Amino acid sequence: MNFDLSDEQKMLAEQARGLLGERSTPDHLRSLIESGAEWDEPLWREIAGMGFLGAAIPEEFGGLGLTELDLGVISEEMGRANVALPFFSSIVLAADAIRLTGSAAQKAAWLPKLASGEAVGTFAYVEGAGGWTGPALKATFEGGALNGVKTPVADAGVATVAVVLARAEGKPALVLVNLDQPGVTRTRLDSFDQLRPHYALTFANASAELLAGQAIEELFDRAVVQAAFEAVGGADACLTMARDYALERAMFGRPLASYQAIKHKLADIAVALELARSNAYFGGWAAGESPDDLPAAAAAARLTAISAFERAARENLQVHGGIGYTWEANCHFYYRRERTLAISLGSREAWADRLIAHLPGTQAKAA
Amino acid sequence: MDFNDTPEEAAFRAEARAWLDASAPAHEVPEGVKLDDADEVRRGRAWQRALYDGGFAGITLPKALGGRGGTVIEGVVFAEEEARHRLPKGPYMGIGLGMAIPVIGKHGNDTQRARFIDRTLKGELTWCQLFSEPSAGSDLANLRSKAVRDGDDWIVNGQKVWSSWAHESDWGILVVRTDPTVPKHKGLTFFVVDMKTPGIEVRPIKQISGASDFNETFLTDVRIPDANRIGAVGEGWACCMTVLMGERLGSGSSKSGMMPIIEYAAATPRGAGTALDNSAVRLALAEALAEERGGKYFEARLRTMVSRGENPGALAGMVKLAYAGRQQRALGLAMEIRGPEALAPSAGDAATHDLQYDYIWSTVMRIAGGADEVLKNQIAERVLGMPGDVRFDKNVPFDQL
Ligand SMILES: Cc1cc2nc3c(=O)[nH]c(=O)nc-3n(C[C@H](O)[C@H](O)[C@H](O)COP(=O)(O)OP(=O)(O)OC[C@H]3O[C@@H](n4cnc5c(N)ncnc54)[C@H](O)[C@@H]3O)c2cc1C
Repeated sequence: MNFDLSDEQKMLAEQARGLLGERSTPDHLRSLIESGAEWDEPLWREIAGMGFLGAAIPEEFGGLGLTELDLGVISEEMGRANVALPFFSSIVLAADAIRLTGSAAQKAAWLPKLASGEAVGTFAYVEGAGGWTGPALKATFEGGALNGVKTPVADAGVATVAVVLARAEGKPALVLVNLDQPGVTRTRLDSFDQLRPHYALTFANASAELLAGQAIEELFDRAVVQAAFEAVGGADACLTMARDYALERAMFGRPLASYQAIKHKLADIAVALELARSNAYFGGWAAGESPDDLPAAAAAARLTAISAFERAARENLQVHGGIGYTWEANCHFYYRRERTLAISLGSREAWADRLIAHLPGTQAKAA
Repeated sequence: MDFNDTPEEAAFRAEARAWLDASAPAHEVPEGVKLDDADEVRRGRAWQRALYDGGFAGITLPKALGGRGGTVIEGVVFAEEEARHRLPKGPYMGIGLGMAIPVIGKHGNDTQRARFIDRTLKGELTWCQLFSEPSAGSDLANLRSKAVRDGDDWIVNGQKVWSSWAHESDWGILVVRTDPTVPKHKGLTFFVVDMKTPGIEVRPIKQISGASDFNETFLTDVRIPDANRIGAVGEGWACCMTVLMGERLGSGSSKSGMMPIIEYAAATPRGAGTALDNSAVRLALAEALAEERGGKYFEARLRTMVSRGENPGALAGMVKLAYAGRQQRALGLAMEIRGPEALAPSAGDAATHDLQYDYIWSTVMRIAGGADEVLKNQIAERVLGMPGDVRFDKNVPFDQL
C-alpha cells in the first residue's frame, strides 16, 4: 500500500496551480463577468497547449493517456482557481462519454479535437424541473433525429458538440449531436454561477447519432469523482482565504484568528476537507484500477466533497463579515460554484442511495 | 498510489492469516458473553503470549527491542487480519504495548528496556496510565501529585483519576511534579511504578454505563526507586508527549463504525420493509458512512507518511475527532430508528441491548485521548497556523499560579 500522489502527480498539481492561479485571478474573473464573456478563451488555449485537456484521453486520439487520478489532480486545481472554463463539461463529461461509449469512428472524429481544445463539448441530461430519469426523460432519438428540450446545460454557449441523454427505443441512451446545425437552438439562461453559464438547448429534428456503447452510470460515477476533486480544490481555497483573512483582521485587541469560535470552525472544515480529499483519491484510484469499487467510492467522494465545500464556502464568507458580501471580496465566486457542483449530476439523496446500494458484503441494500 | 498489497505485503498477510486461523480460535471470546474483568485480563494475557510465541507481538517494534521489526503497513495488515476474530484485546494490554513500551524504548535506559519490554510483549505485565488528575485533564501539565527525592528513592504523594484498568494492572506509567518552582511543563518527572507498592490505593469509579473500568488512584508516601525513573529529572513532559503521540494513531482494526449501524437499520422492521427503506434514514447513514470511508483513506495517507519517516503531528488527531462525533450521532440515530423499543428492548434482543451500551460508551471517545475541543485547537494552531490561545500560566513558576 502506498496512498499518496506520486512525485509526477505532485509536479503536475504544482504546474496547474501555478498557471491557473496566475491567470485566473479574482480581478480577472470579475472582469470576465463584467464584460459578459462566455468563458476564458485565452486560458483555454493555454491549458490546451500544456496538455491538460488531453490528459486522460488515450494517446492514439491525441491525448497524453494519463490516469483518472492525474485528471483528478488537474480538476482539483480547476476548483481551487474557480476557473471560467468548460473543462468539466468538455473533458470530464463529453470526452469521457465518447471515450467510454463511442465507436472507433466516433472517437476518431471527436477525441482529438476535444483534446486539442479545438472543439468544446458539453453534456445535456436535465429536462427542467422534472429531472432526467423515468418519465421526465422526454427527449427522443429516432431515425437519426433528436427532438426535445434539455435545460439547463452548462457551457452550451461555447460548445460545438453535445452528448445528450435521450430516449431511444423506449430506453435512456446517449446520443452525439453536433451543435452547429439548424436543428439546434441555444438560449442563454440566468445562471447562478456567472462563471459557468447555462443554456436551454432545443432540438428540432437535429441530426444525431447513437453512441455505440452505453455506460450512463459509469459515466456519472467517473464524473462525480472529478467533481469531487474540483470541490476539494474549492474548499481548500476557501479555507485558506478564511484563515488568511482571520490572521490579518484584528478586533478587541487581538487577531480574529486567535478566537476559538473561529479556530474551531476552521479546524472542522480542515477535517472535512481531508476526509473528502482522501475519498477523492480513492475514487480516482478506483476509477482507474478497481472498477468494482467505483460506485461506492464515487458516491462517498461526492457526499463528502460537497459537504466540505458547502461548509467552507459558507463559513469563508461568514468569517469575512460584511466585506464578504461585497463584489470586491472574492468569497462569492466559490459560494456560487459550490452550489453549481452540489446540484449538477444529482442530489445528495441520489448519491446516498447509490452508496447504500453498493455496500460490499452486506444484506443492507436499498430498496 | 496503490491501495492493494504489494507482493511482500500480500505474503505477510497470507502468513498472518494462516497463523491466526490456526491460533486464534482457541482464544476467541464467545459472542454475547460478558466476562468479569479478571477473567478478561487472564485471557488477554494468554492471547498476548500466543502472539509472542508466534512471532507476532510488537510487529512494528524494532528487533533490537524484541519486536518483529516490521513495517507500519505490516502492523496495519496484522491488525486487520486479527480483527476478523473475536479476541480479548483491551486497554489492559494496549496501554503496555502502545504507551509503556514506546516511552521506555525511547526515554528509558538499557536496564529498564531489558526489564520491562520483553515481559510486556509476552503478556506477563499489564499496565495502567497514571496521568490525569482532578485538576489536570486536558491541561495535563497542571498536575499536583509530587515526588520528593529521598536517597535512592522518591516519595510520591497525590491523587490520579480516570486510571483505566488500574485495578488489574501490574505496573503504571506515572508522571508527577518534582520541582514546583519552575513553569509547569518543566518541573515534571516520569516513572514506572509497581502497582503493588505499599501506599497505592485503587478505588473503582462507577461509570455512567454502570461498569467500573476506571479508577481513582491514591498515592500516599509511595516509595519509587530512582532506578524506575524514565528519562532525566524534569523531562517528564517529553515522555508524556511520546505516550500521547502513540495514543493518537489508531490501528484501524476497529469493528465499530457505520456498517453495524446500517445493518441494524436494515434488520429493523418498518411498515412493509425495513428502516433502511426510508430515504431520510438512508441519507443520514450514507453521509456518515461516506465520512467514515474518508477517515479510513485519510489514515492510509497518514500511514504512508509514517512509513516514510514523516511525522503526521496534529493531523493524527483528525481521525479521532471526526470519528467520535460521528459515532455518537449515528448511534443516537440508530436508537431513534428502533423507536420506543430502544428504550426497553425485549430480553432476547441482544443487538438493541448493545446499542444502548454503545450509545452511552460513545461519549467517551469525545473526551478520552484528547477532548474534541483540545484536538481542534491543535489542528487550528499546528495544521492551519493560527495563533495559540491566550494563556495566563506561561512562564509562571507552578507554585506562583
Ligand atoms: C473512559 C476514559 C478512560 C480514561 N483513561 C485514562 C487513563 O487510563 N489514564 C489517564 O491518565 N487518563 C485517562 N482518562 C482521562 C482523559 O485523558 C481525560 O478525561 C481527558 O484528557 C479530558 O480531561 P478532563 O476529563 O479533566 O476534562 P477537562 O480537561 O476538564 O475538559 C472539560 C471540557 O473542557 C474542554 N476544554 C479543555 N481545555 C480547553 C481549551 N483550552 N479550550 C476549549 N475547551 C477546552 C474540553 O474539551 C472538555 O469539553 C480517561 C478518560 C475517560 C473518559
